[in-house]
Amino acid sequence: MAEPEGAGRPVAFRGGGFSPRPQGVVGPLVFIAVIALWEAGCRAGVIPPLVLPAPSEALAALLYLVETGLLWKHLGASLQRLLVGWTLGTLLGVAVGFSIGLFSLARAGLAPVVAAIFPIPKIALLPLFVIWFGIGEGSKVATILFGTFFPTVVATYGGVDNVDRGLIRMGQSFGLSWLSIVRKIILPGALPAILPGFRISAAIAIVLLVAAEMIGAEFGIGAYILLAGSLMATDELLAGVAVLSVMGLTVNWLIARAERFLLRWRT
Amino acid sequence: MELRLAGLRHAYGDIEVLRDIDLALPTGRVVCIVGPSGCGKSTLLRLIGGLERPDRGEVVQTGEPPPGCLNPLTYIFQDFALLPWRSVEGNVRLVLEDHGLGRAETAGIVDDVLARTRLSEFRTALPRQLSGGMKQRVAIARALAVSPAFLLMDEPLSALDAQTRELLLDDLVDLWVRERFSAVYITHNLEEAVRLGHRVVVLSRRPGTVREILEIDLPLDARAAHASDLEAHRTRLWQLIRDEAQAVDLELVDG
Repeated sequence: MAEPEGAGRPVAFRGGGFSPRPQGVVGPLVFIAVIALWEAGCRAGVIPPLVLPAPSEALAALLYLVETGLLWKHLGASLQRLLVGWTLGTLLGVAVGFSIGLFSLARAGLAPVVAAIFPIPKIALLPLFVIWFGIGEGSKVATILFGTFFPTVVATYGGVDNVDRGLIRMGQSFGLSWLSIVRKIILPGALPAILPGFRISAAIAIVLLVAAEMIGAEFGIGAYILLAGSLMATDELLAGVAVLSVMGLTVNWLIARAERFLLRWRT
Repeated sequence: MELRLAGLRHAYGDIEVLRDIDLALPTGRVVCIVGPSGCGKSTLLRLIGGLERPDRGEVVQTGEPPPGCLNPLTYIFQDFALLPWRSVEGNVRLVLEDHGLGRAETAGIVDDVLARTRLSEFRTALPRQLSGGMKQRVAIARALAVSPAFLLMDEPLSALDAQTRELLLDDLVDLWVRERFSAVYITHNLEEAVRLGHRVVVLSRRPGTVREILEIDLPLDARAAHASDLEAHRTRLWQLIRDEAQAVDLELVDG
């Protein structure tokens, strides 16, 4: 079929796609829809209250916690364990990670040990920690410390290994001292790997916190959830879970802020 | 201060990259080193500045570096080697921090070298905000900050596009005319070699040996006006390298 001179079809567009765009309202909408559906199901009697209490009941349980002031007691106990355990585990992890990254002897001696202990679920060691550090705060902090230590070590020495050797050679060529090279070139250069490690270790810390608080704790979100569960108070259980979720989100947000600030030099 | 290379030999494992290099590096002159790719040019530069240890032979320094010199042998790298988390100013300051100079003196040096490289208004910019040419100027400013006796330049223009390269080449010529620095300039670009080199050393292919040394008598600032003379030198260099470059091209990488 001959087309007239000058006429023709436009070339069909075949590009585009494969690049997700942010859709601000969709996330909250899904949230609201799921909760509304759930609430409606409970009110209509489709979902028995013992199996899954209505969101409004969980909210009531949460408000009761706030009113009685028990929330702050539980949250305070949990946050303290989390903070002490995570901070110590992270500090030790960064220190050991740096020595593995910098010294051949430390690498040869410690890297295999870390590789062997890293994959053990630390919850399995919890009874052992209770024997070693007592049923009180010691075993709880130790569990979190242990759990956050290993991923931090692995992330840190991976980061040190990945620092641009060209920058280190530049430092040497200008006669920088060993300490200056470590402090001004290797530490900031490893930060892009260390900070995501913090994110992972914080998530692990929250998991271990709840597990540790299920043994011999009077206060703490984990203890509260355990108690609610054994009394079949599923509304309180859900309130506790919601608190955990908010805790996780907050920690994530804080680390994201820190990343944005410390890594603002990246493209 | 002058440098002399005496019987340098270097090998990586079984592969000999440099053999019997004898070379004098005079003060106040730019010595360009050219050669086919893989002939050990960059290795030679690392040996000269003490970043690598030669298997045999030595690099000898005669005379003392000029007073006020903080780092006699100073590199300018092909990939700039700027710390991405430090500003322009911070990158220059980095190389002064270990010398205990005091705040005022450090600030004075930083101001001075940034002015000399026309970077003063970009002092707070981060490397990622800068074009390739600007990054290399920051690296040059950083090198000038330590008042080097020798600049060791490892293909400083090779990572730049053709236009930027031309501009920065002019900058380097201007800089030499003003400062009369001593330099070893590694390049595979013969145009750069004849524009900048008082002396051009041609290396053979691996294992690199000194094949020929070419003296170019024209003053650097007059070279742009003597394009035909430069072209003659360039052609001569290309004749020296051509066959070797072709042979290298036909080699297997791990052969």
